[in-house]
Amino acid sequence: MQLPPARRRAIRSNALGIAIATGAYGLSFGAISIASGLTIWQAQALSVLMFTGASQFALVGILGAGGGIAAAVLTAWFLGARNGLYGLHVAPTLQLRGWRRLLAAQLTIDESTAMAVAHEDTTAASRHAFWATGISVFVLWNVGTALGAIGASLLSEPEILGLDAAIPAGFMALLWPRLKDRLSRAVACAGGLVALALIPITAPGVPVLGSALIAVAAGVWVWRRA
Amino acid sequence: MIWLAIVLGAAGTYLEKLIGFILPATVLDRPIIRSIAGLLPVALLAALVIVQTFATGQALSVDARLAGLAVAIVALMLRAPFLVVILSAAITAGVLRATGVAA
Repeated sequence: MQLPPARRRAIRSNALGIAIATGAYGLSFGAISIASGLTIWQAQALSVLMFTGASQFALVGILGAGGGIAAAVLTAWFLGARNGLYGLHVAPTLQLRGWRRLLAAQLTIDESTAMAVAHEDTTAASRHAFWATGISVFVLWNVGTALGAIGASLLSEPEILGLDAAIPAGFMALLWPRLKDRLSRAVACAGGLVALALIPITAPGVPVLGSALIAVAAGVWVWRRA
Repeated sequence: MIWLAIVLGAAGTYLEKLIGFILPATVLDRPIIRSIAGLLPVALLAALVIVQTFATGQALSVDARLAGLAVAIVALMLRAPFLVVILSAAITAGVLRATGVAA
């Protein structure tokens, strides 16, 4: 079914709005990467190759805090697990093969999935929403990363500007919309407390991984009660 | 070292994305997987907030980052856009340090 031009325009302008907001967020990712000790190219490589915000922030944050590679990589993977479920949801709508499927997989993130789901009234609209959002977010996320990284690398001492304080604020902003129900709030509190307790007794990076156990325990509890 | 983390991290997160397109729905679409995958970001992000606010290596410290976080939470409650949340935290910490109020 052909998508009416007006609907197409509406989807595209919506996608662009989301992409501009994400671009601003990419700006802070670029700046925080530099403050954490990455080079401009390393920050950019993450935004091109990883392209999933929470995992990128976590990897950079843990490396910057002196955590090992294993802890940084594992945390990034744990945070990216939800993208697999997004793929499961959008794949039947997109119906792709070959290189298009490989490309669509890389663009499968919170924003593109949410837009595809919001336009599920017709297959054509849902597909258009997925691609328009995925591509525009990818472009502006990477432009934002570049500008943020270049900007921050021009500063001599990012700590004086409080860039290190921007990191927890960034994670809080990512967490905030997920605290909708009581279960999520309880899991967030428990996860935070576990991390706090583990900070003095484990290597940097491990406290965050430890909190994953809370999610697994809560997930099993919900499943058994259902 | 950092490059190794980037390559391994990106390869894994890409495979996670791809797996949803390749595996049949019956393998992944189980209530227990759904509920754990939904709660993982909540627990991990909360832990990241705590670690990035209070940890300096393995030591716990209360410094300008906490004030920055408090201001960020107020900004979030006021539905401020992401960049405003981040900047308000950074500026708060920067000002507190510049004036010698907090470390």
